[in-house]
Amino acid sequence: MTATTPARAVRPTTGRTARRRTTWRWLVGAVVVLVGSLVLSVFVGANPVPPADVWAALRGAGSDTAQYVVWGQRLPRTLAGLLVGAGLGVAGALMQAFTRNALAEPGILGVNAGAAAFVAAGIAFFGITSPAGYMWLALLGALLVAVAVYAVGGAADLRATPTRLLVTGVATGAVLAGVTTGITLTHPDTFDRMRGWNAGSLLERDTAVVLPVLPLIVAGLLAALVAARSLNALALGPDLAAAQGVSLVRTRLLVLGAVTLLAGGASAIAGPISFVGLVVPHLVRWGVGTDQRRILAGSLLAGGMLVLLADVLGRIAVLPSEMPVGIVTAFVGAPMLIALARRRRATAL
Amino acid sequence: MNRPVRRTAGGRRLLLGTDHRHVTVGVREAAVCAAAALVVAALAVVGLWLGDFPLRLDEVLGVLGGRIDGLTRTVVLEWRLPRIAAAVAFGAALGVAGAIFQTITRNPLASPDIIGLANGSFTGMLIALLLLGGGWHLLMLGSLTGGLLAALAIYLLAYRDGLSGFRFIVVGVGVSSMLAATNTWLLLRADLETALFAAAWGAGSLNAATADVVWPAAAIILVLLAVTPLWAAALAQLELGDDVAAASGVAVDRHRAVLVVIAVALVSAVTTVAGPISFVALAAPQIARRLVRAPGLPLAATAGVGALLLLGADLVAQHVIPLTVPVGVVTVTLGGAYLLWLLVHEIRRTRWSTR
Repeated sequence: MTATTPARAVRPTTGRTARRRTTWRWLVGAVVVLVGSLVLSVFVGANPVPPADVWAALRGAGSDTAQYVVWGQRLPRTLAGLLVGAGLGVAGALMQAFTRNALAEPGILGVNAGAAAFVAAGIAFFGITSPAGYMWLALLGALLVAVAVYAVGGAADLRATPTRLLVTGVATGAVLAGVTTGITLTHPDTFDRMRGWNAGSLLERDTAVVLPVLPLIVAGLLAALVAARSLNALALGPDLAAAQGVSLVRTRLLVLGAVTLLAGGASAIAGPISFVGLVVPHLVRWGVGTDQRRILAGSLLAGGMLVLLADVLGRIAVLPSEMPVGIVTAFVGAPMLIALARRRRATAL
Repeated sequence: MNRPVRRTAGGRRLLLGTDHRHVTVGVREAAVCAAAALVVAALAVVGLWLGDFPLRLDEVLGVLGGRIDGLTRTVVLEWRLPRIAAAVAFGAALGVAGAIFQTITRNPLASPDIIGLANGSFTGMLIALLLLGGGWHLLMLGSLTGGLLAALAIYLLAYRDGLSGFRFIVVGVGVSSMLAATNTWLLLRADLETALFAAAWGAGSLNAATADVVWPAAAIILVLLAVTPLWAAALAQLELGDDVAAASGVAVDRHRAVLVVIAVALVSAVTTVAGPISFVALAAPQIARRLVRAPGLPLAATAGVGALLLLGADLVAQHVIPLTVPVGVVTVTLGGAYLLWLLVHEIRRTRWSTR
């Protein structure tokens, strides 16, 4: 691995306190920005509703239009953005910590490819075209394919390294992507719908789409929380981690379970947004250092933030149409990533 | 030369020359290369034989032996041979480029795609198609320019006191994803028919592999593949990590720069003619490594596997599948399935190294 962890000298207690204070500053700042994004996401949209009307609708008053826009569209969409962003951020952080590979993103285990293949087949052969229908297809595809990848990749077999899982995921993903492309290129109508789904969008994600996925993402976050402590030990390599008393099998199953639920859930809601899971952990790592618990917490906040802000931007960037959130996240996040990578001391994994 | 065969960590190696001056060739790698060459040759003959214009096998062999002229010769040498040659040369080029990228970044997930070549050339092609409304040659020019500009941008952005592998990957991911987002957006805005055409090109296709473009591209690839072995030793050292490589006397930055340029040139030559054929670059080195059972990525065997993969996929795409599907789609499916098969069988045999 390229893991050239920067040699941080052991600092006296004062320095450590200072660092802890910086981390707190980061976290508080992130929470403030996240709340700000939530507010923006409820108040801003292509459908021009004055802020006073939105506020009235939130308190249960106001016109029917405002009520519908706020409760039927913006609030579910905001929740969707939060779930997708937080889920992908945490799943990405878990994947990178677990595989110790900077290029690992949650979709690489075949989750996104499975979701896409099922959605494409559903559109082409069963005529399913509603966002809720896509959600169920994507969820089913993501979970089934992830389980298949784990079975082939030897997820519970300690002799198999995470790299084997990665290569298995990539190979499975390739096969499914080939199938998906084959289906879409031979069914123009499916192609038309899939190019929208593939971009990753939060358009028309109402409660019928969001609520069934909510418990899965919450369960995934809980599993991530339980696994977080072992990840620091795992960063030293499996042998040292085992020597420190970490149960490798338990950690691996927890991490994979969490990644599957989070990435599968996110993909079910919004379609494949690979960029968030890949980049958010890198951005966060450069802010808070290499402690996996901080990286996970930071990725949760930063992921939600990035997706919500990108979604708000996408709603108003190209009026009267809308730019899918998957595209905006790349345009917003990539420059940040490049700028941070160019710093003198870029933090590797 | 009393011990012509030596056992090393990488398996048995044949020692050619004296004890003091020699080259060693891995026995298993040589066998894999020979087998790949044989199968490629056989598939090439099949490819020249099959097609809309019916030919007998002995006619094909007659043309190859220079005994038959006329229309048959035109069909075999001018219609079919360019596409076969393209599949072989492009497959080898993609495989070697992939092996170079995976070795210098020391990451099995690294492929020319991540440094923006595929996405960049697709962006260039989409701009040529949608904004300039061009024919084949304009599309090729757009694709070449887009890919090279993307690679150049990544190189410049990632360069800082040398080229660290990690920074290179991360910057590549960033630029790549922006280009991919641009492509998605352009495809979304295009009308359905244009978007379908563009997506088929974006999947990688050999339909445009005609003589006038294939031979120049193949010549460039041949020259590049011929000079690559000069850096094979440096590549093997780079695989050990920058520090070890530098300590063992390799000018890390210079060699890495040269190798990146070779890989970028290889991929550009392919992408210009055939579009971004994904996955050969990613899968061929990994498949070759498992076949050879080598600790590193074997370049020659990778070239053989890459050629075999792309030629086989193109034959399947042309003759087996009833629909017209781009070769890229078949490559991805076949290559992925084969890699999976190897993986399933591998765990029973060996303990895994970390690569």
